[in-house]
Amino acid sequence: MYHYDEYDHALVQDRVAQFRRQVERRIAGELTEEQFRPLRLMNGLYLQLHAYMLRVAIPYGTLNSPQMRKLAYIARRYDKGYGHFTTRQNLQYNWPKLEETPDILAELAEVEMHAIQTSGNCIRNTTSDQYAGAAKGEIEDPRVWCEIIRQWSTLHPEFSFLPRKFKIAVTGCDDDRAAVKVHDIGLIMKRGEGGEAGFEVIVGGGLGRTAFIGKTIRDFLGKEDLLSYLEAILRTYNQLGRRDNKYKARIKVTVHETGIEEFRNLVEEEWRAIKDSSLKLPKEEIDRIAKHFEPPAFRVLEDEAPDVDARMKSDPGFAAWVHHNCVDHKIAGYEIANISLKPVGQPPGDATADQMDAVADLAEEFSFGELRVTHSQNLVLPHVERAQLPALYDKLAKHALASPNVGLLSDIICCPGLDYCALANARSIPIATRITERFASQERLDMIGEMQIKISGCINACGHHHVGHIGILGVDRKGEEHYQIQLGGDASENAALGKILGRGFSADEVVDIVEKIVDIYLEIREDGERFIDTYRRVGQSPFKEKVYGTA
Amino acid sequence: MGQVVIASRLSDGIVVFLAKASAESVEWALQLEDAEVAADDARANEMLGFGEADIASRNKVMDPYLIDVEEQGGQLRPTKYREAIRCFGPTIRTDLGKQAEGPEA
Amino acid sequence: MALLERQGESAATIEDRFTRVDDESALPASGGILVSLPRFQADREALLAREGELGVWLASNESPRDFEKADLGKFALVALDFPTFADGRGYSSARILKERFQFKGEIRAVGDVLLEQLPFMLRSGFTTFETEESGFLEGFKAVVSEVRVVYQPTGDGRATAIDQRLSRG
Repeated sequence: MYHYDEYDHALVQDRVAQFRRQVERRIAGELTEEQFRPLRLMNGLYLQLHAYMLRVAIPYGTLNSPQMRKLAYIARRYDKGYGHFTTRQNLQYNWPKLEETPDILAELAEVEMHAIQTSGNCIRNTTSDQYAGAAKGEIEDPRVWCEIIRQWSTLHPEFSFLPRKFKIAVTGCDDDRAAVKVHDIGLIMKRGEGGEAGFEVIVGGGLGRTAFIGKTIRDFLGKEDLLSYLEAILRTYNQLGRRDNKYKARIKVTVHETGIEEFRNLVEEEWRAIKDSSLKLPKEEIDRIAKHFEPPAFRVLEDEAPDVDARMKSDPGFAAWVHHNCVDHKIAGYEIANISLKPVGQPPGDATADQMDAVADLAEEFSFGELRVTHSQNLVLPHVERAQLPALYDKLAKHALASPNVGLLSDIICCPGLDYCALANARSIPIATRITERFASQERLDMIGEMQIKISGCINACGHHHVGHIGILGVDRKGEEHYQIQLGGDASENAALGKILGRGFSADEVVDIVEKIVDIYLEIREDGERFIDTYRRVGQSPFKEKVYGTA
Repeated sequence: MGQVVIASRLSDGIVVFLAKASAESVEWALQLEDAEVAADDARANEMLGFGEADIASRNKVMDPYLIDVEEQGGQLRPTKYREAIRCFGPTIRTDLGKQAEGPEA
Repeated sequence: MALLERQGESAATIEDRFTRVDDESALPASGGILVSLPRFQADREALLAREGELGVWLASNESPRDFEKADLGKFALVALDFPTFADGRGYSSARILKERFQFKGEIRAVGDVLLEQLPFMLRSGFTTFETEESGFLEGFKAVVSEVRVVYQPTGDGRATAIDQRLSRG
């Protein structure tokens, strides 16, 4: 993974000192809250319902063991002993003190981390495939490009006061685990006519109040032109994006209102003027960064691991974990091991400091010290020898980290909701925990198969409810928490937005309704069909009829 | 039954309530039970004004606003669920927030 | 209200050579003037023929692209308005003026101009700052040199991290 050089270190350290001075000015009364708010937001510091909240970037979801230990240390020393992994590969602390945030940022800088641009109307943490560098069928490790984008976007003088926040995602292969089509810009690595690697560029996707699937603005972009093309898109958006209404300020609305053809013309015209400027990436720099992402020293292994197969036969819990949580690695004899942060009855994505430390140790023992954070709020050990899976599983189980439910119904994506968030209209975590309690039986989960439930506590859609197979949106209806249900969303390469089923439900009703929807699916599914397949075949009617009666 | 001024403390963002408010002195408290409950709109708006003046002069607190409260079983409770969560803490972590702390916290 | 000019790593208060002339008022016979884009477009001939320096004021929803490039060479000043500090269109306008159109005159930030946004403004090509913030002049030097490394090439000529890596070899 990438390691800072002297320039990267200097920038992050200077930024900490700058924020320390800004905090001092705020406490001394030289800055009003109104003036300070955008400054603290540019360092990921929010004011939430109970306290401040600090959002730490985990660039493109990659962490090493010392970094994870630092996150655990900060949770203990400066917070209340836990952290929350978000849907954008960030970590949130829910109880930091304003006066101590410069110290927290200084601690992070020691391990090459920061909270820069994790909020505000600027370019946010670039996200990627959590299996980057380990996935089969990858054209190149997308994290090379994420790191190049991270540096270019950091304190970008022109794009720090955009109409609205701006999110970029990159995937290195056709299987889209980064949800690139629902980002402001999505980049898919592909090969050009001459076999050279480059990008398909997608623009104007996004969830929230008005959800759009992104549109292709350029079929193929050469690698060296990446930054000039991004700059052309951002400059066009910065000038054209609406600033009169924050709900219409995202680039998805700009693209929609301008039309993709016209928007493309404007971007291409801008691009022609800056294409051959100093934004063109020198090969030396691409190579320098790529070198950091060279694969670790994989051993030559047999693909078969008889001990693992024997354990799977004798231990159904282990078998379920291998089946659901482990994914084929590109190297023979290795597996990608997902660590679920979705135990029954617990807030999705939360990890205690002790669990973070444990995972850091396990990464060193089993996965070259490398870890990943996923947008579905789980963790990943990307490079585990297949023969080591039983040992890993046993150690994970000791820390309540061996839930065998990745990709299953209880692997719920969920925003913090009204339990923490000042923007929320309703709670989301209690809905998630009650659903996992209702569906606690592993046998039942296995029978249901792949199912994505996504819950947001407001229309901002941090819980990605639009792209859940079952999406749940919390709203406030006449002073009561109320939940709308959508069906048929999909965040994968077959991206689709869910459709609202009908009138919403009270907090008491919503878990019953989810169960009813699942039961209908089980009744009408054909062989081998996942929920989303059945839904696509039959549409909403059978679900609607059973949920609402004949109406 | 009445209104209370709720706000956030600048130093750590913790929720505070206006406990005493006059032109001479303003005090903030950490627990809802220590808040002054305004019986009518006139007093509520006066309290909010004192709170805002205190923020402008002492800079210890921010974002004040009025919430409605009622008495339930001898305990003050906000009428809106959002404000109840602010006053007591996350409902899924009852070991955290004001619900887990004594008045001295 | 103060007008400050960047001078190397610090700044100095300067006299404003330009008188703001609103859209209805008659043009003064001499001296520098600052007019809006609509006024410039309406009175272009007269303004270009006039003695004295000419500045044009752009609202944040107006762009340097709204000028003929040839006209731009005749301006001594372009003032870019920040109706609020959060409206960042002026940064793009400044870069287009300086980098695309090679504008050599004064680029002035006006409106909600705050010290904490100064590093971004300098990098984008602004040369003068009209501000109401007290402490702007005193804070200028500290704020400008606060972050030593820049990643993005802009028209300010600073060596980026990539430049420094390459020259170090």
